[in-house]
Amino acid sequence: MNAIDEIRSAAGAIPDPEMPALTIADLGILRDVRIDASGHVDVDITPTYSGCPALDTIREDVERCVRDQGYADVTVRTVLSPAWTTEWMSEAARVKLREYGIAPPRQGFDLKPLTIAVLCPRCDSTRTHELAHFGSTQCQAVRQCAACGETFPHFKEH
Amino acid sequence: MTLGVAGAAAVYTLRAADDCLVLSHRLAQWSSWAPTLEDDIALTNIALDLLGQARGLYARTAELDATGRSEDDYAFLRDEREFVNCLLVEQENGDFATTTVRQLLCSTFQLALWQSLTTSTDEQLAAIAAKAVTETTYHRDHATDWTLRLGDGTAESHERMEAALATLWPYTAELFESDAVSQEASILGVGPDPESLHPEWHGYVTRVLGDATLVVPQSTWKPSGGRQGLHTEPFGYMLAEMQHLHRSFPGVTW
Repeated sequence: MNAIDEIRSAAGAIPDPEMPALTIADLGILRDVRIDASGHVDVDITPTYSGCPALDTIREDVERCVRDQGYADVTVRTVLSPAWTTEWMSEAARVKLREYGIAPPRQGFDLKPLTIAVLCPRCDSTRTHELAHFGSTQCQAVRQCAACGETFPHFKEH
Repeated sequence: MTLGVAGAAAVYTLRAADDCLVLSHRLAQWSSWAPTLEDDIALTNIALDLLGQARGLYARTAELDATGRSEDDYAFLRDEREFVNCLLVEQENGDFATTTVRQLLCSTFQLALWQSLTTSTDEQLAAIAAKAVTETTYHRDHATDWTLRLGDGTAESHERMEAALATLWPYTAELFESDAVSQEASILGVGPDPESLHPEWHGYVTRVLGDATLVVPQSTWKPSGGRQGLHTEPFGYMLAEMQHLHRSFPGVTW
């Protein structure tokens, strides 16, 4: 593995502060790692939501992680373009979310009304309905399953 | 006011930033006071989205006006006359109906603005807008749901929505005012002249109000001045509360 891959894999393994079952690589928050001739490391991260309060923590975690890899000189930049959407989330991330009890975002979201059901992460039923648009974090809504009664978070498509 | 090319873009961006910040603070004031737990969470989540949008816009303003100011400088170290938000966002929360109506009027305007800004010639603004479009769509949905429930609800909720609408409607005229700054920004392709957003805004808002059995008020009073830093009385009190900690204890951290 070259230096960039090493840094990318170490930084990518940092857990998301609000959903620790997922890494920042799973979520697509880690965008790019560069290293110049003098050994200076640049890391690009992107927020999932404009006001995501976890981003400052993630920045500090990435800085610490890169220093621990032996690169004292590191800059973590926040990039906004192209904008993050739930389409950036990996398939592995969707599986992990589901195992964690959070219904993953549906794919193919382009601001048209979604007709695909959100499956209950507990019993797989399609008979779920939204209880609240806004949940415990900016990215989650609250839904309930009519089949098993479970109330669960749903990672909103956006 | 004399404005260079960068000046118009900076002021234009600052106006949008101040709208987001002030509305964010108003919604944050609902924390622990909303009628249901879900709405306490919803209003503060929306406030957080708006705060994030404001941060991005202040950062871009600082690059455009070349003052090197930080986000905190804009938010906490400017006086009332230096804020260029519209008057609608600074109006007091009132009851939940008042906040619901304000949210419908504001989020519909902001969504139209963000949609247009996604094609801005300013790449930073376009990037901020691309993110904000999806967030603000949820804000408008939330306001729409509550407008329908309360407008077409009980006699009491309908009456409160009517009163809120009568109070806030006059402030909507200012949203679509065109001036030298907005015209320059529009010519440069930085962003739309707000005037051009009116048909879409009006179409959506009147449709929702109609479905909610509410009547659009007839009003000839069109208060204005926010974009020039002339604000309504409640704003000074809000700023004093918002800025006091930062000004009393410069550099304080958690």
